[in-house]
Amino acid sequence: MGASHRDSQGRPIVAVTGLGIVTSLGQGKDANWEALTAGRSGIHRIERFPTDGLRTTIAATVDFLFDGSFAAPELSEKLATLAAEEAVAQSGLGEIGDFPGELFMAVPPVEMEWPQKQELAQAVEGETDYDALLRVAARHKHQAMHELFLFGGVAEHIAEKFGTKGSPISLSTACSSGATAIQMGVEAIRRGETEAALCIGTDGSVHAEALIRFSLLSALSTQNDPPAGAAKPFSKNRDGFVMGEGAGALVLEDYDHALARGATILGVVAGCGERGDGFHRTRSSPDGKPAILAMQDALADAGLTPDDVDYINAHGTSTPENDKMEAMSCSAVFGERMASLPISSNKSMLGHTLTAAGAVEAVISLLTIANGRIPPTINYNTPDPAIALDVIPNEARDAKVRTVLSNSFGFGGQNTCLVLTAGPSAA
Amino acid sequence: MARDVVITGIGLASSLGEGIEAHAQALAAGATPVVDTQGFAPYPLHPLKPLELDKQIPKKSDQRQMEPWQRLGVYAAGLALDDAGLKDDAEAKSQLQVIVAAGGGERDHAVDAAVLTGLRNANQPGAFLNERLMGDLRPTLFLAQLSNLLAGNIAIVHGITGASRTLMGEEQAGVDAIRTARARIAAGQADVILVGGAYNAERRDMLLLFELGGFLRAGDFAPVFARSDAPGMITGSAGAFLVLESAERAAARGARAHARLSHAGAHRSRRQPGSVAKALDELLAGFGPLGPDALAISAATGCAEITDEEAAAIAKAAPGARRVAAGDLVGHTVEAAFPISVALAAAALSTGAANEAIVTGAAHWRGEGAAHLVKA
Repeated sequence: MGASHRDSQGRPIVAVTGLGIVTSLGQGKDANWEALTAGRSGIHRIERFPTDGLRTTIAATVDFLFDGSFAAPELSEKLATLAAEEAVAQSGLGEIGDFPGELFMAVPPVEMEWPQKQELAQAVEGETDYDALLRVAARHKHQAMHELFLFGGVAEHIAEKFGTKGSPISLSTACSSGATAIQMGVEAIRRGETEAALCIGTDGSVHAEALIRFSLLSALSTQNDPPAGAAKPFSKNRDGFVMGEGAGALVLEDYDHALARGATILGVVAGCGERGDGFHRTRSSPDGKPAILAMQDALADAGLTPDDVDYINAHGTSTPENDKMEAMSCSAVFGERMASLPISSNKSMLGHTLTAAGAVEAVISLLTIANGRIPPTINYNTPDPAIALDVIPNEARDAKVRTVLSNSFGFGGQNTCLVLTAGPSAA
Repeated sequence: MARDVVITGIGLASSLGEGIEAHAQALAAGATPVVDTQGFAPYPLHPLKPLELDKQIPKKSDQRQMEPWQRLGVYAAGLALDDAGLKDDAEAKSQLQVIVAAGGGERDHAVDAAVLTGLRNANQPGAFLNERLMGDLRPTLFLAQLSNLLAGNIAIVHGITGASRTLMGEEQAGVDAIRTARARIAAGQADVILVGGAYNAERRDMLLLFELGGFLRAGDFAPVFARSDAPGMITGSAGAFLVLESAERAAARGARAHARLSHAGAHRSRRQPGSVAKALDELLAGFGPLGPDALAISAATGCAEITDEEAAAIAKAAPGARRVAAGDLVGHTVEAAFPISVALAAAALSTGAANEAIVTGAAHWRGEGAAHLVKA
């Protein structure tokens, strides 16, 4: 064992030794990286369910994993499994089914879905109210539905499959959940509770009611034609986000533990910052203060300054409000440098993978560092003069990137920022 | 190096009423449970004693934008902040971290029933479903249903600008909320955390989920540890929040510590006969020797076999302990079950009814947890 390495605050350094990703653009890092740097969109017309009467008929769903019908938790679990298998295999840590670390999972909230309710309703004669459904349930012939729709079900199954240690965490901080899963893994490693953590964000919950709910909040783009043109982060004509599905998985590991076993260090989670916003349920504070503080906290946690950041992986949802607030907050943190600091939104191609986004985008941020190439913000044809940014318009760009700030902001006043850096050996 | 973690705020609301005193009295006296056997028959449950919401949620507009479980949680969180003396401390509320154990919001039962009935005869079921949901869902319903919006509403109503995290996963979410809150403060990653949960039992959609798996007791009330005739959960509506704080910070501001939370642990394994007892044995053994007059608060569900295993683990670790099932007082409160059990233990220590307490809980499906409280 060599000398132990510590960060600027004397804590264990948190290395990344495995990455996995599945999105509408495909399965695995190679497929996603190729598509993202080619500027390809995963957004398409929805075929999973009828879209008659809906204002939004497009999404970046993952349609290549199941032949038949499935419930959202089943797709979320499948996506998480594939991403985690890729990440754990790359890390070379542990054995199959015996991962020597804890599990932190961002999972979408679940509830019983319409097909299952309809299945129960088939056994009902007369009015189909909940008392009638309860009488059917009391026959205990549909027991699998209970486990399927438990909030803790997906993480429990992943814990069982991968053999993670300890009590698996299922968490939600809305659209910053994936980043929070990583943050909780970082904290556990820094506390010395675990030498490794499997951090996953997953979301496979595009179904009719989920889409309708966002639609009723006027959060979704309605520019359905062409689908690939709908997500336009930072553009003047942006009109809402596009729902997406996917999963990102990271194996985090105490840096010294990784070094000792000769693992390849893919990068470091150098800092995390989070702030609440008590302003409004869906809107951010007009002054952007919580987002600004979250970015500053993440940099301070990493022992870095704004000048150290080479690239911002934006939250960039393509809603009028988010992109304006994010641009303003970044300007407050980075000052005049913001006019030339690259910032791009993966959501222009992947849609908004919601619960998974923070993890999916952390994976892409680390691929950006590894490849020295920044994926573009596509559909950037009508710049918004109010938010002049270098969004890496439409085409990927080669650049030396050592330090990335990855932003995630969510409903309910959730602001979580991560600072991801190249491994210290490359310093 | 680990720092001491103390409980400086307790917020409780349930079928027994609200506040530390009402619950400490019920705990001491073994109060007659408040059970409604008619409203949701054949499933008995412990209904919430109505709250004067204005006392903790002054704006009607805020009240309207929440579901009952959110109002209950925001209310209990406010009680905990009041008790800790932090409600009007803007500086503290900018540092305060929030960890909430939460499920989801309530379905609109009337809309669901109408849609299900209509779907039977619909020529184009997909189009019919879209049309009805577009027309009948309240736009704000989604926000009331998002798990993290209990934390969001706590922030809005009580003016907390520290960060929040929401843990999900039924009972174990409550265990892990307490466990991670304690660990973060002990390790110096946070100084003060508001942690807890709320559960609204008075909703048929949740009864449906549990009854599908066969986890509910039907018929009359029976105590948690005496349900072998018809095992299962009797759920209750309750909210419980705690303010956890580093002992230094509490002392520096002259705050009264109700108790010290010396341990909180969690366990997971695939269930098989004996696994719950083994998990709890291991967790409890980690607490060191327990005094003969320890109080044991159990968050047990009343479900078959695992409840007996929990009883055995308590008897083994603390043979002389007075054992109280939180479910006998307030019902089984799922995500809130472990937090409310810790809160009851803290109340007992605070009022001098006990000098030491252990808290146990085996979730109805997966996960076990235990905590240890001592005099501050």
